[in-house]
Amino acid sequence: MIRNSILAGVGGQGLLSIAAVLGEAVRRQGLHLKQAEVHGMAQRGGGVQSHIRYGDEPIHSDLVREGTADLILSLEPMETLRYLPFLSPDGAVVTNSEPFQNIPNYPELATILEEVRGLPNHRLIDAAALAKRAGSPRAANMVMLGAGSPYLDLPEEALISGIETVFAGKAPEIIETNVTAYRLGRDAVTSSGGTP
Amino acid sequence: MPIRLLLGDEALAQGAIDAGLSAAYAYPGTPSTEITDYVLRSEAARGAEVHCRWTANEKTALEAAIGASYAGVRAMASMKHVGLNVAADPFVNAAIAGAHGGLIVNVADDPSMHSSQNEQDSRVYLDLALMPCIEPADQQEAYAAPAHAFDLSERLRIPVMIRITTRLAHSRATIEVGASRARNPVGPPPDPQRYILLPAIARGSYQDLLSRQPNLLAASEESPFTRFIEGEDETLGIIACGIAFNYVREAFGGDPPVPTLKIGQYPIPERHLGKLLDRCDRILVFEEGYPYVEAKLRGLPARERPTILGRLSGDLPRTGELTPHIAAEALGLDRLPVRESSSTPEPRPPALCPGCPHADSCKAINGAMDGHTLGRVFSDIGCYTLGALPPYNTIDTCLEMGASITMARGAAHAGLRPALALIGDSTFTHSGMTGLLDCVNDETPITVVIVDNGTVAMTGGQASAAENRLEAICTGLGVNPDHIRILDALVSKHDENVAVLREELAFEGTSVVILVRECIQTARRKSRPSAGGAS
Repeated sequence: MIRNSILAGVGGQGLLSIAAVLGEAVRRQGLHLKQAEVHGMAQRGGGVQSHIRYGDEPIHSDLVREGTADLILSLEPMETLRYLPFLSPDGAVVTNSEPFQNIPNYPELATILEEVRGLPNHRLIDAAALAKRAGSPRAANMVMLGAGSPYLDLPEEALISGIETVFAGKAPEIIETNVTAYRLGRDAVTSSGGTP
Repeated sequence: MPIRLLLGDEALAQGAIDAGLSAAYAYPGTPSTEITDYVLRSEAARGAEVHCRWTANEKTALEAAIGASYAGVRAMASMKHVGLNVAADPFVNAAIAGAHGGLIVNVADDPSMHSSQNEQDSRVYLDLALMPCIEPADQQEAYAAPAHAFDLSERLRIPVMIRITTRLAHSRATIEVGASRARNPVGPPPDPQRYILLPAIARGSYQDLLSRQPNLLAASEESPFTRFIEGEDETLGIIACGIAFNYVREAFGGDPPVPTLKIGQYPIPERHLGKLLDRCDRILVFEEGYPYVEAKLRGLPARERPTILGRLSGDLPRTGELTPHIAAEALGLDRLPVRESSSTPEPRPPALCPGCPHADSCKAINGAMDGHTLGRVFSDIGCYTLGALPPYNTIDTCLEMGASITMARGAAHAGLRPALALIGDSTFTHSGMTGLLDCVNDETPITVVIVDNGTVAMTGGQASAAENRLEAICTGLGVNPDHIRILDALVSKHDENVAVLREELAFEGTSVVILVRECIQTARRKSRPSAGGAS
C-alpha cells in the first residue's frame, strides 16, 4: 500500500519543513519513502509543491502520477486548485483558507473557496488564527500538518517526534509552539465531523 | 545497514565521502548545489579531512579536482548542466590527460528548466570528450555511483561523469548506506608526461584514449547500473535511461513484461542494445533531456525496423522532464480518471523577497535610465534577474554567467548609449572580471553596476568569492578609481544613488558602481533565532 500526497504552497511558507517532518515520521515507521521537493529559483515567493509517497513496498517514481493523490495538503487556497489533476477520485483536500496575495491578478477569493467547497472531500482551515493561538504566526505550516494528519495514515507520536527532530536545536518554547500548532490543526479537523 | 533519508544530491555526496573522497570543489547551481552543501556540513567529511570548497566558477572547480587527482587522491567537481559549458575546456582535455586518483565530474541537468535558462543534456558532452558516465536511476544508485566511478576512473585512468537530473537531485528517499573505505595516499602519477598536452604528446594520449574505448564499452555492458530484463512479448522493447526507468516501473508496477534495457552507464551498452534491436518490432526510448539514445538508434535516415519511438517520433514530448503520467500514457497502459485542471489559478512566478536590496537597486537604475530611450540594461544570472518582471521591468537581457558586461561592451562599441551592465557580486567573480578587463583595455563606455549582497543568494546563500574584495578587484583590473563608486542599496538613499548612476552613465569610459546591502535572507538567518516553520 502506497500513500500519495501533494503538498502545495508559496515559497517561504514553510512547505519544506512540513515535508521534512513527514519524511522523518515515515522514516521512523520503517516505511519506504520518496519525496520530491522544489529548490532554487521558485522558492523566491513562487508557487511550490512537494510530492510525498510512502508505504510498505518499494516506491519507483519520485513523482505522484496524476489521478492518484490521496491528499492535497495546501498552505494557500489558490495553490490548492493548481494540483487538482493529481487528486484521486476519493482523495481529500485540506487547505488553508487564507490567501497569500503576492501577485496583482490574484483571483477573487470567493471564487477560489467556492471551487474548493465543490470538491467532494475538502477541509478549509483558518491556519493563521490557530497558529496565533499556538503562539506564533510562523507555525501556520504545522497547523496545516496537523489538519492533514488524519489523512496521512501515520501514528501521531511519529509525527510529533518528527516535529521535535526537525526543530531540534531551536529553543524549547519554539518546539512547544510547533507541537501545539500541530495539535490545534488536528483538533480543528477531528472535532468538526469526526475522524475521516 | 544504517538507513538514511537523503536527497539524491546528498546520497551522491555521502557515497563519495564513503568511497574515499579527499577533495570536492564546486560552484553553486540548481539542482547540483546540495551535493557540496552536504559535504561541507558532513561530520564524516570533516573527520576524514576532506578538502571541500566553493570556487570562483565551474572551470576553476574542475581544474582543482584534476590537480587533486594528479596528486593521487580521489576528487570531484560538481556543477549544474550549464556550468559544464564553463568547465568544458578542462572537461574535454582531462579526458585526454586522464586521471590518476579517481576523478568524478558530477553534473545535474535541469529538464523543464525549473531554475535554468536551458535544458541541455550533459550526455552530449560524452561524445565530445569520449568520457564514460554513470546515470543513477534512484537515490540508492546515486549513493553507489561514486564508489563505482572512482574505481572505473582509477582502473582505466579516465575521469568519469555522474549525470543526474532535477527530480533525482531534489527528491529524498530512504537508502541504505555502507561502510566507508580508506582514502588514497598522496603520490603523483607514475607516467606524468600524459599531463603535458603538447601536440606531440597529446596525439599519443588521444590515441591512448581511443584505444581504451572498448574497455569503457565493456565496463558499461558489465555495469551494475545496466540491466537487461527479458520479456516474452517482443512486439515492444523498452529502453529507459537513469530516472526514466522508475517511471516505466511505476507504470507496470514493477519490471516490465517486455524486453527492457535500463541504461545506467555510458558509452551506451551496445551488446544489450543489439539484443533489443534483433528481437523487437518497436522500441520505445525513455530518457530525461535530449533524445540522445533515440537519435543514435534512429540513424540517418531513420531505420525501418525496428521502429524507434520516443521524443523524436512524437510518442513522448520533445521537451521537458518525464513524469509517471507521461510514461504510462506512452506505454498505452491503464488510463486513470484524471480531474480537469482548474482555470482559476493564475501563474505565481518567483519574485524578489520583500526587503530585498536588489529591489532598491532596480528602482535606482530605473530612475537613472529614465529618459534614456536608447539606453539598455544588460543583465546576468542571479536573483536580480527577477528585475525583469513587474513592477521593476529593469533589465533587457539575461543570457549566461558574465554576459552582462561583455554584451554591454559590444553594444557600446556599436554605438548604443548608455549601456549599463547589471551583475551580482558572485557572478562578477565567476565570469565578469575578464570582461571588465576587456573594457578597461579600450576604455569601453559602459557602466557596470555590481549589486553586492555578499552571498550566492539564489542557490541558498553560499559563500561568495567576491566577499570584501570587489573594489580591490576593480582597481586591480585598472578601472579609474574616480569612477568606482560605492553606494548603499537603500531606498532612503534613492535620490543620491540615482544622481551618482546618472553621472557615471554620462561618463565616456568604463565605470563601476557597487550597490552594497546584505541579502535579506542571509541577514535574517544571522540575526534571529528562527521562530517557526519557514524553510
